[in-house]
Amino acid sequence: MIQAILVFNNHGKPRLVRFYQRFPEEIQQQIVRETFHLVLKRDDNICNFLEGGSLIGGSDYKLIYRHYATLYFVFCVDSSESELGILDLIQVFVETLDKCFENVCELDLIFHMDKVHYILQEVVMGGMVLETNMNEIVAQIEAQNRLEKSESPQL
Amino acid sequence: MALKMVKGSIDRMFDKNLQDLVRGIRNHKEDEAKYISQCIDEIKQELKQDNIAVKANAVCKLTYLQMLGYDISWAAFNIIEVMSASKFTFKRIGYLAASQCFHEGTDVIMLTTNQIRKDLSSPSQYDTGVALTGLSCFVTPDLARDLANDIMTLMSHTKPYIRKKAVLIMYKVFLKYPESLRPAFPRLKEKLEDPDPGVQSAAVNVICELARRNPKNYLSLAPLFFKLMTSSTNNWVLIKIIKLFGALTPLEPRLGKKLIEPLTNLIHSTSAMSLLYECVNTVIAVLISLSSGMPNHSASIQLCVQKLRILIEDSDQNLKYLGLLAMSKILRTHPKSVQAHKDLVLQCLDDKDESIRLRALDLLYGMVSKKNLVEIVKKLMSHVDKAEGTTYRDELLTKIIDICSQCNYQHITNFQWYISVLVELTRLEGTRHGHLIAAQMLDVAIRVKAIRKFAVSQMSALLDSAHLVASSTQRNGICEVLYAAAWICGEFSEHLQEPHQTLEAMLRPKVTTLPGHIQAVYVQNVVKLYASILQQKEQAAEPEAAQEVTQLMVDRLPQFVQSADLEVQERASCILQLVKHIQKLQAKDVPVAEEVSALFAGELNPVAPKAQKKVPVPEGLDLDAWINEPPSDSESEDEKPKAIFHDEEQRQAKQRQPEADEEELARRREARKQEQANNPFYIKSSPSPQKRYQDVPGVEHIPVVQIDLSVPLKVPGMPMSDQYVKLEEERRHRQRLERDKKRKKKKDKDKKGKPRRHGSLHTESDDDLAPAQQVDIVTEEMPENALPSDEDDKDPNDPYRALDIDLDKPLADSEKLPVQKHRNAETSKSPEKEDVPVVEKKVKKPKKKDKKHREKEREKKEKGKEARKSSKHKKKKHKKEKEERSKDKKKSKKKKPPGDEAAEPVENGALDEEPLPPMSSYCLLAENSYIKMTYDIQGSLQKDSQVTVSVVLENQSSSFLKNMELNVLDSLNTKLARPEGSSVHDGVPVPFQLPPGISNEAQFVFTIQSIVMAQKLKGTLSFIAKNDEGSTHEKLDFKLHFSCTSYLVTTPCYSDAFAKLLESGDLSMSSIKVDGISMSFQNLLAKICFHHHFSVVERVDSCASMYSRSIQGHHVCLLVKKGEKSVSVDGKCSDSTLLSNLLEEMKATLAKC
Repeated sequence: MIQAILVFNNHGKPRLVRFYQRFPEEIQQQIVRETFHLVLKRDDNICNFLEGGSLIGGSDYKLIYRHYATLYFVFCVDSSESELGILDLIQVFVETLDKCFENVCELDLIFHMDKVHYILQEVVMGGMVLETNMNEIVAQIEAQNRLEKSESPQL
Repeated sequence: MALKMVKGSIDRMFDKNLQDLVRGIRNHKEDEAKYISQCIDEIKQELKQDNIAVKANAVCKLTYLQMLGYDISWAAFNIIEVMSASKFTFKRIGYLAASQCFHEGTDVIMLTTNQIRKDLSSPSQYDTGVALTGLSCFVTPDLARDLANDIMTLMSHTKPYIRKKAVLIMYKVFLKYPESLRPAFPRLKEKLEDPDPGVQSAAVNVICELARRNPKNYLSLAPLFFKLMTSSTNNWVLIKIIKLFGALTPLEPRLGKKLIEPLTNLIHSTSAMSLLYECVNTVIAVLISLSSGMPNHSASIQLCVQKLRILIEDSDQNLKYLGLLAMSKILRTHPKSVQAHKDLVLQCLDDKDESIRLRALDLLYGMVSKKNLVEIVKKLMSHVDKAEGTTYRDELLTKIIDICSQCNYQHITNFQWYISVLVELTRLEGTRHGHLIAAQMLDVAIRVKAIRKFAVSQMSALLDSAHLVASSTQRNGICEVLYAAAWICGEFSEHLQEPHQTLEAMLRPKVTTLPGHIQAVYVQNVVKLYASILQQKEQAAEPEAAQEVTQLMVDRLPQFVQSADLEVQERASCILQLVKHIQKLQAKDVPVAEEVSALFAGELNPVAPKAQKKVPVPEGLDLDAWINEPPSDSESEDEKPKAIFHDEEQRQAKQRQPEADEEELARRREARKQEQANNPFYIKSSPSPQKRYQDVPGVEHIPVVQIDLSVPLKVPGMPMSDQYVKLEEERRHRQRLERDKKRKKKKDKDKKGKPRRHGSLHTESDDDLAPAQQVDIVTEEMPENALPSDEDDKDPNDPYRALDIDLDKPLADSEKLPVQKHRNAETSKSPEKEDVPVVEKKVKKPKKKDKKHREKEREKKEKGKEARKSSKHKKKKHKKEKEERSKDKKKSKKKKPPGDEAAEPVENGALDEEPLPPMSSYCLLAENSYIKMTYDIQGSLQKDSQVTVSVVLENQSSSFLKNMELNVLDSLNTKLARPEGSSVHDGVPVPFQLPPGISNEAQFVFTIQSIVMAQKLKGTLSFIAKNDEGSTHEKLDFKLHFSCTSYLVTTPCYSDAFAKLLESGDLSMSSIKVDGISMSFQNLLAKICFHHHFSVVERVDSCASMYSRSIQGHHVCLLVKKGEKSVSVDGKCSDSTLLSNLLEEMKATLAKC
């Protein structure tokens, strides 16, 4: 199970916060801050797994993250997930973002947090991996965007 | 109205949308909070408007603010409004907001049930999808219970997109509503073989999650997963399955043996590192489960270790990390194979990456020996000095302690060294593990008698310099060591060299700043110390010195009497009075030392931590029994009015009572617990202090000030463990020399005798290392006849425990999912007499049960092999017994296996045997372009003249189907049960409507007189199909076939009863034979069981006896024999017509095999 998915930038500003277990808002912020400090200390050339995200779960949980340009993508997962698999999943998620936003950059995430959520919803549902095939994900996103467009008033 | 619409959209143009909000926040960096509070005010205004678009926009902005840490739960009701918008655009916004902020405590969440149900059955797959996604995040036990059935229906939706979401969300439903697991499981299992890979992967995902928590319940699925593993090409699915096998193998070693080969192949063939890694992991799990008595798997271990070494040596840090992680698993069972790679592990200890160092630390645990312990710990100590982060340093600290204390300190040769390591560790600033160090100090000092003197001297030094330990930060845990130091100095005060000085140190005013529990120990041990000083002085005949000490006590103790801590205060007061009394006696020159020392006579022994729990309960003591009957207020209340008024109501109430008993008891229990919780005098069971420490949220996050000292803190007089390294080396060197000398002498002697073997000469094995001190490690005490139970580690609050459910048991009546639609059906269908609903209910419940029951039967078939095999083992064990008994058995006319060996081929094919093709009892009734009808007929033993026909209606068109009505042409023998007041020509309405692509099940009751003959009834389904162009009346004709089989009810029968039945002789007999059958006997039986409602009584080789019973009580017995390509069935039944009809139907089924 995936416990949480966090995206924040190099300064720790949250860009996407998705918890699959209930935490009050202030604790969520605390977790984001703590996680940010944990990954910030780490060079880019060391491993992408991290223990000690002590706020979530416990010893069974791991932080698995990737760093792209200005953004950190952090997944907090338990031992039922394959570490390398989740790394691949982050890659799939980011590539999907890239396709949907056409050359995604931090600004896209800043201004379209809702859309990023919708994309994530096609990849992970309720903490479980829903789809890993990028083409399938993109197809569903596009179908929903079309549906949305057809509903908006034609001006 | 139109004006309002226009106004609404104009308003919207001036409203901020999400982008404006984000921009605004970015432009107000200096007064962000103020700006946001303004925005929230605007949002509150927007939420008050009627326009749903405005509301949705507001909710969307709120979702953004939620991410920034603002609580938006106040808008929960508005979010629900937006969720119920008809447009997908808004609905999606609403569900997103809900998924971010709803939780079990959200009170309005119960309002969403109907909305979600509506969305789930929406014709648009994206409405359904959005609802499922949202629900997966905020499902509560109530929602799970109410919606379980709807979601289960969606698992068979025509669109794979919906199917996979419905399958995934079932896991959340199971978690919140464990009762749903058993009814839903067969369908979930079906989805493992779904044609869509996404759905399949979702099903694998869910079952893996379930099995991970309670693996034993899922063992029966192993063959299915094995098949998937060998056939699937999706790495995600493969990884999940392989991980699942890792969880299953510890329970079933035979599975492991089967797995080794395919996994090894995968390891060799795959290019995906993730898959390779998981394969290695599972092979390790298999090897662990096989570890005893399987020496020929060393090749596999070697392969794993080799592959892991490659991973560890890889430049990719991720692989290095995982390699070490997996290595630590092998370490547990095959330490030898890992120890060969010690170089690699030590190298990783210097890695720049903390995660990797931590993993290497784990491995170190298994690498130490007597020989290298000192060296390794020295290295770790140097890391402790260098470490920056407290987490890593704390980890180092615990590891040092772990490594040294493992297996009863078996690797420690010099305890002086260990004590000095511990003392050195107390220099750590800001560690959380002071209590660990303290516990070690106490443990060593108590259990290793030889070291006490040294320990006491070290501890007194520590007490002397207590200001260094405790000064900087009181909140850090390191002052815990003073607890140990004080206790050791007090308890073993006879070893103190300067007791007076230590006493002074313990009575310093500074001590009062320590935490209460440490002060309490100080106070108590001060007296012990005092007692020993008194004795000393009196023996030395220095009464004045003795009086001086007493005076010191009288002077200093009051500082503790004023303590805010109750414990300290109480102890100090008592002791102060005691000392004052002593002072009086001393003034009269009375010798007191003897008596004071007597207070602390005797030695305290170490007690094992679990000792208390293991004390056996004496015979005849029932801890659960009431000592006095509990006074129950409710009872007395009930009884009083009864004695006075003998009216109807009271009597009814009395009758009802036993029913409510269970509930009442639970309530009382709850009330009692509540009372106990509020009662300060009731000792509650609380987690151990150590655990509680960890559980307190945020303790770890108290920022710890790091004091950067350029000069390492070195306390004068404190031992440096390094010096011991040198000493130890010297000592060992000396030992070696001595030994060599001895050997030489011996050799000289031996020379005359046999020549000694080489090799053993100069290798220094662990055992040769003599400890520096004569060490006597006292074992911890356990109570006499302690119970060897080890079940004390289970956490009763584990949410997954509720899901530990046996999935192979047949479903019981009470287990069906609550179905709202069916409840409607009952009321609409049966407004007749009062008792009819009851009748219907009765019919329906067993129906569902039986259906499930049969599906279970089928599962059992697959699983049965497992059970049989184990029973076979038993059989072998009791072979002798059996032989003795076999005579008796012959009496009962049953065929017994000719021999255990002969039965072998059937039984050991747990994984090879082909799985059964999926079977469904539903057969096609009729079909046209609009609708497809399948049906199944179920009887119940409770109702001898009724059957229930379940019809699944599936909408195959893009129209909306409604006003469905079913009617049949009754025959004399068989009649449709219609609502009261309707004529034989009226139809029975179907209690639901069908959106496109949806299917649902309706049930109809038929009354029957004779069941010995099969029958056909003609009927029609009429409905209105509505689409964009308009609506049309449509109808579909069908023929309902009541076979004789449908009057049979699967009834288990024991072999003794079966034999009696056959012997009774009042059954008529008939038989059939079918040729050209290629199906395995196993599957054949399963088919008969499934399609003809029989149960297997006994099976021997290719011969089986089966039993079933009709709703009117006819017994049907079968003997099925399989020959080469043919099957013969001999039947006996109390009615010959029924039997011949049944056999004909069976023939038709068998002919298809």
